[in-house]
Amino acid sequence: MALEKITQVSGRGIFVPGADIDTDRIIPARFMKCVTFDGLGEFAFYDVRFDPTTGEKTEHPLNDDRFKGASILIAGVNFGCGSSREHAPQSLSKYGFKAVIAESFAEIFFGNSTTLGMPCVTLDAAAIATLRDAIEADPAVTITIDLVAKQVSSSAGHCFPLNIVESARDALVAGRWDPIGELLDHTPQIEATAARLHYV
Amino acid sequence: MGKSLYQKVWEAHAVGTLADGRTQLFIGTHLIHEVTSPQAFGMLRDLGLSVKFPARTFATIDHIVPTINQDAPADPLAAEMMQALRQNADDFGITYFDLASGKQGIVHVVGPEQGITQPGTTIACGDSHTATHGAFGAIAFGIGTTQVRDVLATQTMAMEPLKVRRIEVNGRLRPGVYAKDVTLHIIRKLGAKGGIGFAYEYAGEVFDAMSMEERMTVCNMAIEGGARCGYVNPDQKTCDYLKGRPYVDMSDWDATVARWLSFASDADAHYDDIVRIDAAEIEPTVTWGISPDHGIAVSECIPDPAAAATAGEKATIEEALAYMKLPAGTPIKGVRIDVAFIGSCTNGRLSDFRETARFLKGRKVAAGVKAIAVPGSQIVAIQCEQEGIDKIFEEAGFEWRGAGCSMCLAMNPDKLIGDQICASSSNRNFKGRQGSPTGRTILMSPVMVAAAAVMGAVADAREVFEIAEAAA
Ligand code: SF4
Repeated sequence: MALEKITQVSGRGIFVPGADIDTDRIIPARFMKCVTFDGLGEFAFYDVRFDPTTGEKTEHPLNDDRFKGASILIAGVNFGCGSSREHAPQSLSKYGFKAVIAESFAEIFFGNSTTLGMPCVTLDAAAIATLRDAIEADPAVTITIDLVAKQVSSSAGHCFPLNIVESARDALVAGRWDPIGELLDHTPQIEATAARLHYV
Repeated sequence: MGKSLYQKVWEAHAVGTLADGRTQLFIGTHLIHEVTSPQAFGMLRDLGLSVKFPARTFATIDHIVPTINQDAPADPLAAEMMQALRQNADDFGITYFDLASGKQGIVHVVGPEQGITQPGTTIACGDSHTATHGAFGAIAFGIGTTQVRDVLATQTMAMEPLKVRRIEVNGRLRPGVYAKDVTLHIIRKLGAKGGIGFAYEYAGEVFDAMSMEERMTVCNMAIEGGARCGYVNPDQKTCDYLKGRPYVDMSDWDATVARWLSFASDADAHYDDIVRIDAAEIEPTVTWGISPDHGIAVSECIPDPAAAATAGEKATIEEALAYMKLPAGTPIKGVRIDVAFIGSCTNGRLSDFRETARFLKGRKVAAGVKAIAVPGSQIVAIQCEQEGIDKIFEEAGFEWRGAGCSMCLAMNPDKLIGDQICASSSNRNFKGRQGSPTGRTILMSPVMVAAAAVMGAVADAREVFEIAEAAA
């Protein structure tokens, strides 16, 4: 299975404030009543984008026209914590996000995102604050995540070293972020392992 | 140097190393439910793949099941998900504990109940509370839907190894302090992201003394502390619990027991970190905010942002209190509640209802409080009903429901309305978790939920039910 080699992602950024943004916030559970992931994009951050009582749009950054079309989500610590639902990264990806930059990620969210080919990279708090201020001052600023040079740069002249789990970086850059092909290639070894285990 | 259980299980299940450096790990037991599996089966069909070891996947239905008239969801989307699981189980030859089986329930209740969950095994499920199964000395991971596909197609998945943190709790729990309090206390101490990159090994006198069901309550919330999995080493109690259950091979019991116990961590095992906690410091614990690490003892006051140590902490407290609409710096005890919920994969087992019924007997739920009790499985429901526990709950003013996830999350008719406050025995107090975007959750043990139901407000169960310190 030939997959795209994801070496660089560029786009305008949008900052979503707050620590520990959980998967229920990213995609409320009631929107998970579905048998495919199609159409999940429109429900991303639904309960914070729309006032629960009036249904009116809130002041959430995703409702701010200045950031319309932004494809790089910038967040704080422990982004994506909570449930293992792949509906969360799926909804972000279908909403139009190509990558997420945060101070840290919850592990299952991180793994799920990588498997979709949506890189999640971390920067320190100061770098995130700088990018936040830069896009706030000028939403047209382009942010580039370079997974080969391992840095995040911006058209406003910033450049920060990024962190990402090496196996995930390798998988993205080498175009093997969806591991199914490689897993299937090892069928003889899988069968040998199964034969060794008493309970299988 | 010896090995931890985590290391032993990992090594026994490692198929090989992938090009990106991750381990291809064999998943001996795969559990599925209706929410995270249909898309995986869809992917499987798109790729023209089949299920590699259909006998190693077990299905049940829990999230969307109504707890009144279980098999008749009024919601067409729920009915569609129900139908999809039936179809997928049939098409691929997977065992399905459906509503008619008498064995349906929350996946993390059903696995142990059936004896599918066993020591020294790897378990995966498209559900973050899969860590629950670690109570049996299994390494159990919550996974995403694409990984569900991988496990269906290959019985393996790509995985980065974890570090191991041993959390030792020694001493004796005080009366009125339960497994739920222990797990909330650990999360409070180590933080909601403290466990990132770790497997948690729960060890020490407190876990040794716990029943299997109590151990499940603790492991269930490992994920709330950021850990990918949590476990307790298998011992005689583990084996006794499993003996004779439907999926336990009884042909050579002694050999089975020996093999299971051999997975327990060696005395000189290597740990990447060790944390020690004194059981005596743990009090009945409740949450005040919107993250499971927002926990305090029931005797404490709601945090005050003015007293926060850092600007970040101040902002976090402010955000949480704005959502919870609770006054800073005042006692949590006495906060009025609207709803009381006992159930979920954390605290929806027989022992939870038994213990709560002991205190609830002869008491009444306060006027204006909606109280529901939801068994974690059909088997738990029947056991409770045989013991008359359902009657005790009903006489106290609780509604006694059918098995399912119910009010733990918002995928079935059981939901909070508006900004109702719920005293809940579940595991997550995230914004909107219980179905209303402004609904509020206070996590606590089932006995504490019962106390809150009786008082109509957050209360110390030790006072409400006169649970005295045992004479030393
Ligand atoms: S009871 Fe709650 S946490 Fe447990 S599986 Fe169901 S929804 Fe998830």
